[in-house]
Amino acid sequence: MASIAGTVKDFRQLDLLAAGDTGIHRLDARAKVLVTLAFILAVVSLDKYELAALFPFFLYPAVLMALADLPVFYIGRKILVVLPFALMVGIFNPLFDQTVLVSLGPLGISGGWLSCASILVRSALTVGAALILVGITGFPAICQALDQLGLPRIFTVQLLFLYRYLFVLTEEGSRTARARELRAFGKKGLGLRSYGSLLSHLLLRTWLRAERIHLAMLARGFTGEFHSRRTTRFGGRDFIYLAGWSGVFLFFRLVNVSQLLGAIVTGVLG
Amino acid sequence: MSHHIVEVKDLRHAYPDGTEALRGVSFRITHGESVAIIGANGAGKSTLLLHLNGYLATSQGSIRIGDFPLNKATLPEIRRTVGMVFQDPDDQLFMPTVFDDVAFGPLNLGLAGDEVEARVREALARVGAEHLCDKPPYRLSGGEKKRVAIATVLAMAPDILVMDEPTSGLDPFARRQLMALLRDFHHTKIFTSHDLDMVLELCERTIVLHEGEVRADGPTLEIFRDAALLAACRLEKPFAMQGCPVCNGKPLSPIPEGG
Repeated sequence: MASIAGTVKDFRQLDLLAAGDTGIHRLDARAKVLVTLAFILAVVSLDKYELAALFPFFLYPAVLMALADLPVFYIGRKILVVLPFALMVGIFNPLFDQTVLVSLGPLGISGGWLSCASILVRSALTVGAALILVGITGFPAICQALDQLGLPRIFTVQLLFLYRYLFVLTEEGSRTARARELRAFGKKGLGLRSYGSLLSHLLLRTWLRAERIHLAMLARGFTGEFHSRRTTRFGGRDFIYLAGWSGVFLFFRLVNVSQLLGAIVTGVLG
Repeated sequence: MSHHIVEVKDLRHAYPDGTEALRGVSFRITHGESVAIIGANGAGKSTLLLHLNGYLATSQGSIRIGDFPLNKATLPEIRRTVGMVFQDPDDQLFMPTVFDDVAFGPLNLGLAGDEVEARVREALARVGAEHLCDKPPYRLSGGEKKRVAIATVLAMAPDILVMDEPTSGLDPFARRQLMALLRDFHHTKIFTSHDLDMVLELCERTIVLHEGEVRADGPTLEIFRDAALLAACRLEKPFAMQGCPVCNGKPLSPIPEGG
């Protein structure tokens, strides 16, 4: 539970980054959300054995982290946390898919290894892009952008509440867990059973809190409709940002830049 | 101005499980009064408060807020008139930033644009929290949360301010700050609290609830001087009226048995 609290604290730090004031931060959230979507689409739509063509896509996170002043190591660490899960997805590919696709001299590399590596690189790219999006936009602004882009309001409001009470809930959860630990005297306590009742208590408390929140909303004239205050403008700069990156991604997607570069270099050398 | 009046007549409420929380409560609070509702745990304070803005429906009896009887049709108007601040500010602050939260009420009232902005700024200025405007609620301290929670209600320009345990969970300095703030409000004020010293300082009138009934209703000082009444209702004199046992050299009073 302590590690969950730590993760949430880390997440808050990511959210703090969104308070930055660079050119990237000032862009309209919609542009940033759409660019991230385009990026993810371009990356995941490549062929499953594709590895070389993925590398040019690292340009996007690199440029954004530089322009928005994001700490590279921090983002890198966050990505590393996710990679084991991606590895789980791809780990059996080398066993099932043993056809040799690439030969490096005497060493033959099977399709399985290629696709496994491809999965890892893809996850690093997409997770990185999502983290960067939060870091340059902030969660509430992303929700608002999704709302403006036409996602049903019930989902965006749900996301906002999740985000707001995530911190309250983890705090409650870690307090309860601490109370259990302090009375377990280093042993396992009652084992799984005590966790069961701990979780059910947490659920009930969450339920009661939800009721109190609803009450507070009603007391302030809530009638089921969420009103949005901000009127954002999708300006020329936002359009250029969106069109520019989409163009780059389309180019990377259609042309294998790595191969092209290789061909040029070998051509020059030859 | 008659719309600042709260009139409760023979209010009864029973919860679905049969517990009778209120058993014929009646009182009338007039414009500008500052009234404390005190009582032991389970005396019916919270249940009473939840009736005042129509969250709980009356089982029997009636409530009038200003010129309106409380019913379905008048509910929106009454919820604007009665600003309710809950005990746990985390329940009241649910929007991404302080500004959004304070704007929530005015937006629901149908205001827009600059008017909302002006209301929010004004309400935050009243509680001395302008600088917190863009902060997310989870980055506020307890005292700050409480003041912002009050601002969320002030932004709706209520005539009557109802607060559940306003000083609970605050450190002594934040408590003083909040009390100074509350003293300056000219609304009709209704507080429930176990902080009897605060009651002594802020409320000229006190209503004592005991087992769902009004046991006493009168000037605060008079009620706190009635030791028999306080003991019967599981209460005691505020510390300010107890004399200081340490300075007087008297032994600390023993805890009464069966308490």
